[in-house]
Amino acid sequence: MSDDDTIESEIETAIRDNHPALITYVCAGDPSLEATAAYVEALDRGGADLIELGLPFSEPIAEGPTIQASIDRALGAGTSPQGFFELVDELETDAPLLVMTYYNMILQYEAAETADAPGTDGASLRGGPGVGPFVERAADAGLSGIIVPDLPAEEADPLRDACDEHGLDLVFIVAPTTEGERLERIMSQVSGFAYVQARLGTTGARGDVSNATHDSLARLAEYDGVPKAVGFGVSEGDHAAEIVEAGADGVIVGSALVDIVAEHGSDGDAPAADALEAKAHELKAGAIRGADETTPPKDTPEPEQP
Amino acid sequence: MTTSDRDRDGEDRRDSTTTFGEYGGRYVPEALMPAILELEDAYERYVLANEDGFMDEFRERMCEFGGRPTPLQRAGRLSDRYDREIYLKREDLVHGGAHKLNNALGQVLLAKYMGKERIIAETGAGQHGTATAMAAAHLDVPCEIYMGRTDVNRQRPNVYRMRMNGAEVNPVTAGSGTLKEAINETMRDWATTVETTHYVIGSVVGPHPFPKMVRDFQAVIGQEAREQIREQAGQLPDSVVACAGGGSNTMGAFYAFVPDSAEPRSGADSSSAERSSADSQAAQPRDDGEQTEPREHVDLVAVEAGGSSLEIDEEMGLAPNSATLSTGTDGVLHGAMTKLLQRGDGQIVESHSVSAGLDYAGVGPELSHLVETGRVMPESVGDEAALEAFHRLSRLEGIIPALESSHALGYLEEVAGPDADGSADLGDVVVVNLSGRGDKDLETVLEETETRDLAAAPDVEVFDR
Repeated sequence: MSDDDTIESEIETAIRDNHPALITYVCAGDPSLEATAAYVEALDRGGADLIELGLPFSEPIAEGPTIQASIDRALGAGTSPQGFFELVDELETDAPLLVMTYYNMILQYEAAETADAPGTDGASLRGGPGVGPFVERAADAGLSGIIVPDLPAEEADPLRDACDEHGLDLVFIVAPTTEGERLERIMSQVSGFAYVQARLGTTGARGDVSNATHDSLARLAEYDGVPKAVGFGVSEGDHAAEIVEAGADGVIVGSALVDIVAEHGSDGDAPAADALEAKAHELKAGAIRGADETTPPKDTPEPEQP
Repeated sequence: MTTSDRDRDGEDRRDSTTTFGEYGGRYVPEALMPAILELEDAYERYVLANEDGFMDEFRERMCEFGGRPTPLQRAGRLSDRYDREIYLKREDLVHGGAHKLNNALGQVLLAKYMGKERIIAETGAGQHGTATAMAAAHLDVPCEIYMGRTDVNRQRPNVYRMRMNGAEVNPVTAGSGTLKEAINETMRDWATTVETTHYVIGSVVGPHPFPKMVRDFQAVIGQEAREQIREQAGQLPDSVVACAGGGSNTMGAFYAFVPDSAEPRSGADSSSAERSSADSQAAQPRDDGEQTEPREHVDLVAVEAGGSSLEIDEEMGLAPNSATLSTGTDGVLHGAMTKLLQRGDGQIVESHSVSAGLDYAGVGPELSHLVETGRVMPESVGDEAALEAFHRLSRLEGIIPALESSHALGYLEEVAGPDADGSADLGDVVVVNLSGRGDKDLETVLEETETRDLAAAPDVEVFDR
């Protein structure tokens, strides 16, 4: 929700203008950065309203086997933070882009230009690594937000400060175990959208929609100022429909898309891109179907004019 | 420190008790945070405040089941060789053959007090896995162990021991199939089963409160040694030497001696200076009268695995060592800010040591802090010197040490042996923590000895006769 004198985030705008939103994930560099560029454009054409790009880290503790394997392929192909940002520099999509990565990747990123920009490292450790250079580079590349699966709200102050300074959203995950005072605090700090984790465990495509999804959305219903997108296990249009019908503002799909990359990635960029575009269509159509089944949320504001 | 002392709604939510200076913290997926907070609460109530007599039961079981206290033994022939008094803290005599049970039994018992129905743990070489499996059998809790595929293959006897104690063993095929991957996979299991399951982490690593809690379960090593050396040598040791991988035997051996420093206590940001007073009285009872005596200084030396070289191969993403305290840089791995073996871009590298128990790219955050503040000296000993020390202790003292502990013994030789350059002085009275026995390492030692020319190794031509 935005007051008249504040600017709503690009991410929030994208979700509200395209309600219900489709948010997609692929890992950058799997099988190559060139291929990722083609995939991202295909997802954009296929109806993705936000695109998460994974910056691969060697110890992805929140990921299931599908995305672990994708990260391994990306690292095996030599994907570096520099290469990642150069890819994002070149991408032109309607959908805003977010980076999803682990905290150590953010801490260790040292942009060459930091020496010229003193005072940006207020959040850094004494004599140690800091989050400033990464966030600054992310903003320069045109990224709209950051998701860090191993950074709970308790440890997020330095990154949140840097994101505020550079105008990026810091998306927090709300798990089935997030309740009470912690839930309240996370929902008050979240920007962009709340990433509602559909079930306990790791990422990965599942055959059904977890009951925990419905419970979580019910628990979050009172926070109607924050868009809520559901991820972890969403793989089909019918899942998207069910989740949106249950009150979500968007669905997040990763492993099901990474499966397509794994299957077609070695055939050249075109077949995988076509398959990704078709999958995005299916998911977006499912989400819209779900929205038609439900009455429009009463507090949804009119789309704001740019 | 109790939960109510914390200002969770205040401006600065970064709770200083979750860190050691700049190190530590709780860098875990959101799904685990409630369990981390629940564990923190249980740690404060049962371990620090001895609620429901938890610590009494723990100590009693460590005596009856675990064989504590362990002796502090004067090693006569080593003392002669090094021309000073060498004492061995015999953690190799703990049930299971290593200090690992101190922590495993403590955590499995805590899990029972917390009403958890299931135990999971990671293991590298299998020592923590076997200790956890023993404790879980002893306390009748279902137990699953994650172990890298490579380690499963090279540590078959330990896999079998775990199975005999009733534990499930889940091989992890990701990456190089060693400890780091096993920890990743155990965290993934925990993120799925967190409501019913306790993760028995095997060292002073991971998110708060694990580093403090594991340290408190292991601190009995130094507490006993401190009393024993006073009785036997009439003084505190001039130095305590322990090997360091993740650092649980290291912190266990050092913790009671950390305040024994001639150096002025460091500034207000140093959590170690305050920590012995308030937050751990139940875990570490101190004699009040002692504080007024003149302070004796005890050097603390953490000996890491130098492997075959201290350089990192950036291109291969490989460190042929596990010398994290000596060569690592600050970063976040497995839930904590600590020193790590990593590339410049933040990818964690594969570590190496001839000793599987030291083979880890991270280290406990409290050790990082104690090194950073100068209280603990990091040193490293390579594969070959550790193998020599393995044979030397076996020959001179009739004790076959674990390859991990052999690194601490190798350091003695390096600074006090016949070829020592005199650059370091251990003093007249030295305690070495003999963290485990070496029976588990015989295969490795045989293989490694065959490929090298080790002065201290016996000839085994008997096989050819």
